[in-house]
Amino acid sequence: MSDVERPDAPDRDTLLQMFEIQSRIKLCDERFRSMLMSGQIRLIYYSPRGQECISAGWGVHLRQSDYVVTIYRGLHDHLAKGVPLRELWAEFLGRATGTCKGKGGPMHVTHPESGLMVTTGIVGAGIPIANGFGLAAQLSGTDQVTVVNFGDGASNIGAFHEGMNLAAVWKLPVIFVCQNNLYGEHTPMSMSTGVEYISERAAAYGMPGVTVDGNDPIATWKVMGEAVERARSGGGPTLVEARTYRFWGHLMGDAMEYMDKAERKAAMAADPVVLYRAWLIDNGHATEAALVEIEEQVTAAIDDAVEFALNSPQPDASELYTDVFGDESAAMLNGASR
Amino acid sequence: MSEPRIMLTGMAINEAMDIAMTLDPKVFLLGEDIAEPSGGVYKVTKGLSEKHGLHRVRKTPISEQAIVGAAIGAAIAGYRPVAEIMMMDFLAVCLDQVTNHAAKIRYMSGGQTTVPMVIRTSAGAGMGFGAQHSAMLETFAVHSPGMKVAVPSTPADAKGLLLTAIFDDDPVLFVEQMMMYWDKSYAGEVPAGDVRVPFGKAAIRREGADVTLISYGRQVHDCAAAAELLAADGVSCEVIDLRTLVPWDEAAVMQSVGRTSRAVVVHEAVTRCGFGAELSSRIHEELFGQLSAPVQRVGSANTPVPYASNLEADFIPTVADIVAAVQRTQG
Repeated sequence: MSDVERPDAPDRDTLLQMFEIQSRIKLCDERFRSMLMSGQIRLIYYSPRGQECISAGWGVHLRQSDYVVTIYRGLHDHLAKGVPLRELWAEFLGRATGTCKGKGGPMHVTHPESGLMVTTGIVGAGIPIANGFGLAAQLSGTDQVTVVNFGDGASNIGAFHEGMNLAAVWKLPVIFVCQNNLYGEHTPMSMSTGVEYISERAAAYGMPGVTVDGNDPIATWKVMGEAVERARSGGGPTLVEARTYRFWGHLMGDAMEYMDKAERKAAMAADPVVLYRAWLIDNGHATEAALVEIEEQVTAAIDDAVEFALNSPQPDASELYTDVFGDESAAMLNGASR
Repeated sequence: MSEPRIMLTGMAINEAMDIAMTLDPKVFLLGEDIAEPSGGVYKVTKGLSEKHGLHRVRKTPISEQAIVGAAIGAAIAGYRPVAEIMMMDFLAVCLDQVTNHAAKIRYMSGGQTTVPMVIRTSAGAGMGFGAQHSAMLETFAVHSPGMKVAVPSTPADAKGLLLTAIFDDDPVLFVEQMMMYWDKSYAGEVPAGDVRVPFGKAAIRREGADVTLISYGRQVHDCAAAAELLAADGVSCEVIDLRTLVPWDEAAVMQSVGRTSRAVVVHEAVTRCGFGAELSSRIHEELFGQLSAPVQRVGSANTPVPYASNLEADFIPTVADIVAAVQRTQG
């Protein structure tokens, strides 16, 4: 984010809305990590820190009725699609009041009311499923769009190829968002991927592909807007590669030996949320006080959500056996309850 | 009285899909080669794209993950897709979508989202197709909690179970043994209209007093043939057709075996860890003290399906194998 005015920037409301989403993600992540490190909570946690601008970039273009599919590193996408903080925190902590009654967990957050339809723990698997949401919209004649998020690693798995091809053949209203954080688990992209830019692969499917600096919220907003508009107006799918960096490795507890220390230090020094915040103030889009107010509101909402989650019970023991099938009679489990 | 409607299995399956699409605009089909002029490699979807349109009978690329994934997404969004996986062996290509997604999504979402879809698949040996186009892999789905599994043995059940599957709110693996599609020896009467067969209700195909044969799919016919032979020797066999494996009708099985005190389980899937292993285990758990003999299992050889016709014939369980298994329970 440069310190100069950007003629391509959206209106002020949108700018602040993006800041609010980014702040939600950043502050939620910081709370999760501090509570994990202090031993207050225990969970498997994939930090999205560093990738905030990408989700905020599509988040402001989507309607509640649009669909989002994401992966295990999905907290930023959940928040950008508007999954409520209380239910989200409760789900991450495995509580009965969570979005999925505590039965899904952080890797499987689902909240159809917000349009957050699937969170998968399987790399690349959301791509073919996103096509199904796109197909449903196409068959129904609505202008709903689907955004499916995945990492650079997913672009090397078969489901990516099958899904991208089918989306192109059927001209589905799907936006494929590759959040390229330069690492697939513990392996740098340079050791796993033969192309320099994931977006180059779009040409192989006959769909538009674009690479954007995912740490530049204005550029990301613009590219996402074009892709959403294309999908909404019947123009078919787009592959957007948003380049970014994950600050905290693959998974909390990761020693990150495979990451270059200087590279990581530089990325964290260029924290996109911090830079965007400064840009908003420097260019007169917001005052320091206005941004502090947003941050304080977010912090208060997180305080409330954490308290709500911690005070919520775990699911009732009977929940082990429910939601396997629609018909919950014991016969459906064939006496195999033990 | 009108003439009985005698149909082949492939026609009955076609009729079920036609009725479902006519009843509910949310039902659509997708799969490789299913539209006209092919109408499916086995002609099971013949004529449906002309009647219901190419938007509802959708030809796909050869992309099993994309097919099942698209079906899952559309199902969550309110449609009732019927995906065709041309050969059951190809389930292995898209098993992630089946076992990690279709099966688990209701549970993982705490019941917020459901996957009302059907995966129809052609299966079974006897066609001379070799190891990768002949397997019976229904236990893949049985071992994935959240999936229902149906394996019809008659044209009427093929139609009635498929209609139930399509309008069920859970994902169903629907197994169609290829040998039955167009073979007149499997023809049977099929009721007209939207007549559904419930899941989890076994059919007693033959009543008997001495031993219970429990099977599903094409092998039910072999059990009936074996029962006929054994009757001549004075052994009275009851033949139970499970129709669905998830759920399966434990009450009918336990009631019958409780009475006969002897059981033989029969299926085409390889014997080791086949569904018969579960049946045998449950019968022993429930009825151990009342059994007159250990439960016998009859399945295919624990090998890949061989190509040469003599080997393929030896691979599949035969009527003679079933008779021998029944004889092991006697005396």
